[in-house]
Amino acid sequence: MIFYVACAVAAWLFLVGVYGIATSDNLVHLVLCLVVVQASTYVLLSAVGYRHGGVAPVFADVTQTQTTVDSVVQALMLTDIVVEATVVALLLAITVQIKKRTGIVDPNNVNLLRG
Amino acid sequence: MNDAAITVLQVMTLVLVAATGAAVVFTRQPAHQMVGVSFFGLILALMFLLFQAADVALSQIVIGAVALPLMVMLALGKIRRQSIEQHKKEHSE
Amino acid sequence: MKFPLRQLLFFAGAIGMAILYALAFAHLPGPEGLRSMYRDVINLQTVEQRHITDAITAVNFDYRGFDTLGEEFILFVSVMGALVLLREEKDQGGEKVPDAAWPARSVPPGDALRVWTLWMTGPVVLFGIYIVVHGQLTPGGGFQGGVILATAPLLIYIAENLEVFKRITSHEWIEIAEAIGAGGYALIGLIAFFYSKPFLTNVIPLGPGGTNINVLSGGMVPLIDLTVGLEVAAGFVVLLYAFLQEMLVKQGDQ
Repeated sequence: MIFYVACAVAAWLFLVGVYGIATSDNLVHLVLCLVVVQASTYVLLSAVGYRHGGVAPVFADVTQTQTTVDSVVQALMLTDIVVEATVVALLLAITVQIKKRTGIVDPNNVNLLRG
Repeated sequence: MNDAAITVLQVMTLVLVAATGAAVVFTRQPAHQMVGVSFFGLILALMFLLFQAADVALSQIVIGAVALPLMVMLALGKIRRQSIEQHKKEHSE
Repeated sequence: MKFPLRQLLFFAGAIGMAILYALAFAHLPGPEGLRSMYRDVINLQTVEQRHITDAITAVNFDYRGFDTLGEEFILFVSVMGALVLLREEKDQGGEKVPDAAWPARSVPPGDALRVWTLWMTGPVVLFGIYIVVHGQLTPGGGFQGGVILATAPLLIYIAENLEVFKRITSHEWIEIAEAIGAGGYALIGLIAFFYSKPFLTNVIPLGPGGTNINVLSGGMVPLIDLTVGLEVAAGFVVLLYAFLQEMLVKQGDQ
């Protein structure tokens, strides 16, 4: 049952984040809405990996006979978090450059192809 | 803790994640939104902990509550300083 | 396009996506059907096969080490991209404006802040090294420990100003450290070639196993942890420095 709740929350986060990106009027606000969109994948992946009654797969404390959650999916989530940080860094650097060259931070008014 | 208690906590944390995500999107000022993103990262780390993903929770705390708001703060500082410079340039012309 | 029209278009798309999403999840076999075989197999094999107790680090750096090599290079290249985008242009003269936190830095930090941040710098560095070195035993690893290590110069910047920060993170050595970390991972993978095995095979002797698994067990994984931690820490310090750079003011301004 927790699986379907998590899937619904993932869809909700995705749609809310895309709404924020579509109706944004500040480039930094747009980048932070992208963080919300990426969080939807974390919720979905952690729900896929979870097993009812499982514990964390760190065998320093847990014996091998207990049920544990999926560790391959968690490796995917680690990559996901690192990629989120790098994407936000690059987008913020682009935002700083746009502000320096055109003086505008409103994505509706940025027109990078002017002559 | 038995399974029912953990399931109830997971459902409550998921609802909190959804509410915080909506709050982050509907905050229009980037400086205020950054505090919201830091809090959102902390709630996500709590959710990872309840879903028994310990490594991912540590990674999320470290990046989502330290590195990300730091970069946003510095970018906002640069943008604000550039607008102050441009404002001064327009007024001196 | 106009704002209400954009919202209308978004809601049309969102309703369509929600319907398709619900239909897709109704046809999935449910949470028990999405299980893969690898979860049980890998969780049972890590302690005997690799002498590693943290299954996530084993998957990240040992069983799927090639993907982590790609992820580390994503970090490296994006730091390089951010450096290129934030470079200062040297074509204009003029006086230098202080760092990116100006004008908020015109008020010096209070004494309580300075005492706390300077005292916490040592424990933060120690904790970061602990997380990096014990990556294969407890939750942690190269990435998490590297970012924790990168916050130590940040604490010193908060307590002091940009000149002290630039003095302790002398720019060339940090870049060299980042390059050593990124290239070291690829070079460690080449060690397997001397044993006629594929790239990144774990060929170093595995160390103690069973009940006395310590920081030396796991073969190549502690070494990879060290290089990844070095690269991530140096990368984030370089990124921080790029965002904090001074900006040259154009001539003719106040």
